Amino acid sequence: MAQVASITLLQNDDARPIIEAILADNPGVRVLNMHGAVKLDCDHSITIKRASVEERLGRAWEPQEIQLVLVSMAGNLDEDDDHFTLSWRH
Amino acid sequence: MTVKKLGLRQRYEHMTRGLDWETTYQKMDDVFPYDSFEGIKIKDWSAWEDPFRLTMDTYWKFQAEKERKLYAVLDAFAQNNGQTNLSDGRYVNVVKLFLTGISPEEYQAHRGFAFTGRHLRGAGARVAAQMQSLDELRHLQTQVHTISHYNKFFDGIGEFPHMHDRVWYLSVPKSFFDDARSAGPFEFMIAIGFAFEYLLTNLLFVPFMSGAAYNGDMSTVTFGFSAQSDESRHMTLGIEVIKFLLEQHPDNLPIVQKWVDKWFWRGHRLLGLVAMMMDYMLPKKVMSWKEAWDIYFVEAGGSLFQDLERYGLKMPKYADIATEEAEHISHQNWAVFYQYTHAAAFHTWMPDKEHLDWLSAKYPNTFDKYYRPRWELWAEMEKEGKRFYNMALPQLCQTCQIPMAYTEPGDPATICFRATQFQGETYHFCSDGCKDIFDGEPEKYVQAWMPVQQIFQGNCGGPTVLDVLAWYNLNAGADNMDYTGSPDEKIWKEWHPDADAARKAV
Amino acid sequence: MTVTAITPDYVKHIEIRDIQQNFHGNILVYVHWEEHLSFCSAIAFPLPPAMPFGALVSDVIAPHYAAHPDAAKVDWAAVNWMIDGEKATPDFGKSLAENGMHHKSLVRFWTPGLTGRAAS
Repeated sequence: MAQVASITLLQNDDARPIIEAILADNPGVRVLNMHGAVKLDCDHSITIKRASVEERLGRAWEPQEIQLVLVSMAGNLDEDDDHFTLSWRH
Repeated sequence: MTVKKLGLRQRYEHMTRGLDWETTYQKMDDVFPYDSFEGIKIKDWSAWEDPFRLTMDTYWKFQAEKERKLYAVLDAFAQNNGQTNLSDGRYVNVVKLFLTGISPEEYQAHRGFAFTGRHLRGAGARVAAQMQSLDELRHLQTQVHTISHYNKFFDGIGEFPHMHDRVWYLSVPKSFFDDARSAGPFEFMIAIGFAFEYLLTNLLFVPFMSGAAYNGDMSTVTFGFSAQSDESRHMTLGIEVIKFLLEQHPDNLPIVQKWVDKWFWRGHRLLGLVAMMMDYMLPKKVMSWKEAWDIYFVEAGGSLFQDLERYGLKMPKYADIATEEAEHISHQNWAVFYQYTHAAAFHTWMPDKEHLDWLSAKYPNTFDKYYRPRWELWAEMEKEGKRFYNMALPQLCQTCQIPMAYTEPGDPATICFRATQFQGETYHFCSDGCKDIFDGEPEKYVQAWMPVQQIFQGNCGGPTVLDVLAWYNLNAGADNMDYTGSPDEKIWKEWHPDADAARKAV
Repeated sequence: MTVTAITPDYVKHIEIRDIQQNFHGNILVYVHWEEHLSFCSAIAFPLPPAMPFGALVSDVIAPHYAAHPDAAKVDWAAVNWMIDGEKATPDFGKSLAENGMHHKSLVRFWTPGLTGRAAS
């Protein structure tokens, strides 16, 4: 069984640009819509790129801001100034 | 000259570890007396990884923003009488069980992480534990604030701290956290940080809060997801602590494995209450407990333990039994509360036809064979005016303190009985998982405050059910018994006279 | 000692809460009617060890299971008993103690021909 990296975000306007950036940057991402939240799953690794979010948001955005809309996640976290990545790779 | 802004990593280094120091007036071992007796060996605290790299100033900024958003929703909910827009009056019982059974454990977690945040000698771990301690206090406060609005209209809510220390089924979550908090700081971190937060908390907050949203409880879903946004940080702390302990010394592996086995099983038992909330108490269902278990334990937990294999850590003992039980546990727990409804501070009911069909569809292997006949028998008895109650007190498991209502693995028609002898006394257990935990530390669990035994010893207000309910501060006739005929149902019908008339016409 | 404690004399401080002396002369007895899971678990009673087994059946067990539709049909002479994991033929005229029961004994019983509705 492939290890699934996963992130769950709120279903709201603040999270939408992040969700869209994830859909654009992670080929093969699977989407589970729930009431109030959305779960995004990808085999092995899932990443959020700062530049992709900023492009959609139209302002500067720091990956740490994700904490305002984050519901849950699975995978080892690597967070830096330019990305927020969950993966099972080493 | 332009001043270059520090990167995330550098800022974190300066603001956290850069502020730490080695003590010289006192020995470090005297300042941190609790972080060695458990047998965990740490060679290098500086190897602790902090993936979120959150500093205290940023923490306050984000938390303040979360609070502003939450309280705006709570105000709107109250101003618009949001409680009248729920899917059904029965829904509120979920909120009651949450406030009485879960919110006090947020406080226990707050206390536990405050202790851990003081007593681990690595600065990275200390800062993360302190933030989590503050988070947990915030969760309790926001939950109390949110649910206080329901307390204006519904029964069974107002005495939650008093009940937490006394009521029989609330001893289940209470004893779980008492066990964790009376352990050392590393076991606490594995118990609550890893096993509970990382492995199991998704099952509580994600599908359940989504259920609150679906049932029109805008306020609960908001505090739930607001809390859950902290939870991601907690999960990260949980996974970091286990990796750190396993990387530090090979001698740590058997100790950590024993804690993982123990706390996985204890968490599985505790979450049976949530299973029942999802399958029986949400008027509009989001997913079954079994589906949630498959997503969050089988799939997510599977990925995690595949990752931890490289340290030699194995899947928790009895994970296969827990997965088998995922097809039974919600039904077995609802049966307990239905027959002891006179002693519970929330209302019960038998599922209607539509609900029974949903359960049959979601549990094709078990529901029609084992549980539907029971519910139909009880519904018939109800119709004949012989509503089924159990008027004796139940046998409790010495470890999880839940009535021994769980069945043999592979035989769902027979109760699972396990027993052990210790210093001439007999102790009873609901499962091999709970028996193993006792056998691992018998001196700890012989001290358990067992609600049924305490009633018989004369320590709970008196010998009758009404004496004990009074001692619980449980308002008999309002807080307990079936939803049908309750003051809750009465007020709900006053708000929805048309729906009531329509139901009667059918 | 198995508890890993910071206090070396941990065992000296523990209080075993449910010893027989705390039950005012009674022993704790658990009873379970097999194949009738309407009763979600075994049920518990504090009882004098000198109580005859027959009185346990007529005054404690029978009335507490009376709510079940099968209860009226039970033939107590035909019941199969198990006490603390061993098949037993209790002497109804003798006391609980004389029948080998002690504090926290578990009495399971099967009623041949009566298995509830799908074991409920």
